[in-house]
Amino acid sequence: MYRKQECVAMLLAGGQGSRLYALTKEIAKPAVPYGGKYRIIDFPLSNCTNSGIETVGVLTQYQPLELNDYLGSGEPWDLDRAEAGVHVLPPFQRQRGADWYKGTANAIYQNIPFIERYRPEYVLVLSGDHIYKMDYSKLIAAHKEKQADCTIAVLEVEMEEASRFGILNTNPDGSIYEFDEKPAVPKSNLASMGIYVFTWDKLKKHLELDEANKKSDNDFGKNLLPAMLAAGERMFAYRFGGYWKDVGTIDSLWEANMDLLNPHVPLDLTGSEWRIYSRSPSAPPHYIGRAADVQNSMISEGCVIDGRVDFSVLFANVTVEEGAEVLDSILMPGTVVKKGAVVQYAILAENVTVGEGAVIGERPELCEDIKDWGVAVVAAGVGVGEGAKVPPKAMIEEDTP
Amino acid sequence: MRNNQVLGLLFPNARDEALGEITAARAMGSVPFGGRYRLVDFTLSNLVNAGITKVGVITKNNYQSLMDHIGAGKAWDLSRKSTGLRYLPPYGTSDEQYAGRIASLASIDRFLEIATEEYVVMSDCYIVGSIDFEQLLRQHILTGADITVACKAGDKVDFPDQLRLTCGADGQIQDITIGGNKKSGYTGLGIYVMKRERLRQLTAEAQSRNLGNFERDVIQRHLGILKLYSYPVMEYTEVITSLSAYYRASMNLLAPGTRRQLFTPERPVLTKVRDTAPAVYGLHAAVSHSLVADGARIDGEVRNSVIFRDVHIGRGAVVENAVIMQGTVIMQGARLNCVICDKGITVKDGGSLRGAASHPVYIEKGAVV
Repeated sequence: MYRKQECVAMLLAGGQGSRLYALTKEIAKPAVPYGGKYRIIDFPLSNCTNSGIETVGVLTQYQPLELNDYLGSGEPWDLDRAEAGVHVLPPFQRQRGADWYKGTANAIYQNIPFIERYRPEYVLVLSGDHIYKMDYSKLIAAHKEKQADCTIAVLEVEMEEASRFGILNTNPDGSIYEFDEKPAVPKSNLASMGIYVFTWDKLKKHLELDEANKKSDNDFGKNLLPAMLAAGERMFAYRFGGYWKDVGTIDSLWEANMDLLNPHVPLDLTGSEWRIYSRSPSAPPHYIGRAADVQNSMISEGCVIDGRVDFSVLFANVTVEEGAEVLDSILMPGTVVKKGAVVQYAILAENVTVGEGAVIGERPELCEDIKDWGVAVVAAGVGVGEGAKVPPKAMIEEDTP
Repeated sequence: MRNNQVLGLLFPNARDEALGEITAARAMGSVPFGGRYRLVDFTLSNLVNAGITKVGVITKNNYQSLMDHIGAGKAWDLSRKSTGLRYLPPYGTSDEQYAGRIASLASIDRFLEIATEEYVVMSDCYIVGSIDFEQLLRQHILTGADITVACKAGDKVDFPDQLRLTCGADGQIQDITIGGNKKSGYTGLGIYVMKRERLRQLTAEAQSRNLGNFERDVIQRHLGILKLYSYPVMEYTEVITSLSAYYRASMNLLAPGTRRQLFTPERPVLTKVRDTAPAVYGLHAAVSHSLVADGARIDGEVRNSVIFRDVHIGRGAVVENAVIMQGTVIMQGARLNCVICDKGITVKDGGSLRGAASHPVYIEKGAVV
């Protein structure tokens, strides 16, 4: 018999993150590196542990190897517990047949037995796509106070941007009367953050109804939530005021990293309050050489910098040789930039080698047509040859001479 | 491969007195070094990297910060069921207990008795180096030595009662002196290998004769009686047994060659994870020839220095030839040269501290300057 848990978190980490292209060729999106030493999934996991949620089911499907290794026993997030803690939940075979997770709601449906063994009052549904610090215990407190069946965390966005989001239309008391998916003419600016808390009895009932509905795509946003609303369940919006960013595209991933270098952006990873935990490699402190010039940047352990680095985020064990320049870029672990190479407005994935004198990316102001400009991406393990030129917006997945 | 036949024994309090103020409130083993490490990390990593999974830590006093650091040994993969890390703190009623190495070994005799490992590697914790203990063990077994003493070549003595060894071509020790000026060729590093039962027997014998000094009464006394071999360590090592040695070793870390020898992929130096964000460089940062750990925030000038975690260096501050330990804050416009700042120091706006390269100034933990 498992000890009862008031709230169990279910983290949807099976997404492919197809709009991150080369960066998610071999890893699931939640395992994508972010912020010099983290991966995206560190944020929801650390939020759980900091919010006092001790049981987290992580639903995996796409390219799970690296993500599974990374999660391990859950120790970095203090989630290695006897009964509770982190549990990886892949799709599995049953006596009769086997199913992939068909949609987000189906993924939870298939794991009802996992949730039931903790006999929770509430289930928190999270995704592994977002960078934010949030105290889920406040969300759950609001859910209880309203005696809601479902509470959805929302963010106020600019009205002109509202048509890019799933918008919730609410009554003055915060109750939801309509879901509006990417509306052409939005009625409100409350965008869903993809964070839901449910009263477990109600969620279970609606998961079963959704599963029985052959026409459903078994998706939370598209099917289950509208069905709950139609059935007259008590659904409320919970306003969140902090930093939140969906890092589902190359541009947003680049921006979210650059936000860390902007003192006016309210996302601070330094300091001991609401710490974000991660699994760290064992590398010595980084070394800044005699000829180096480093400003406005984040640099991790194990780096060796002899060139110029400005407005960049460098992960562990990156080397920037003498005379090389790294500007407005993100360099993931183990990447090497050789002598005289220039890397600007680029994301270089793990263990990329940039040959001497190569030039990657371009400054936007130097592009004749701004439409041609974009962040250049080099996939993991790729070698960019001596003197090679990689244009802006390029996506390099194989070695280039 | 797991090395089931070898037990590690660490003495983190050995030579505590040598570092004076740095070890006033901590054991030698927990002295911060190299931006993110404690001295014990080097020896503990050497043991683990040789496949040794059972380590006894023999503490004497001032070991609170050491226990904070090592914890259950998880960072070294030593949080295990049957083997793993064992703290062996003082035991008994008398204050005289643990007065010397032999007394402390005698008091853990029960631990040694029930251990199943055939060999014991004993080590002090003032050595910075990536030493291949597997090679040391292999040589010990191959030569059939009763005791193997790890040593380094040269006559330079790091502390007054360091062992001086004269050795034959086959490595057998021919003479041992302690103190004095006899040229010998090798000096001891406080690392010994022998069979567990041999250690128990030698300890009991010394104890029964009321002898208390391990080096003199166990090692030196058995010259010509037991087979004593030397094992010259070829790897880069620093012996941190004075403030100036600490400072020199810290500055040596800035040389790329030193780091290449110390931090190898085959034998990583493991330490406690602290979950600090990467270091942040501001608009006015100007850093050269320095080591900087995660969690640092730098907006001033830093040259030839080792900067630990969570150190803040304000705009316009100038830090040169310095070792700045964890959590120290150097405010705007302050100037530091040839200084060792312990943990959690505040140097206020415009403050100035200056030592000499041969005699760095040491500022004690928590001070406000």
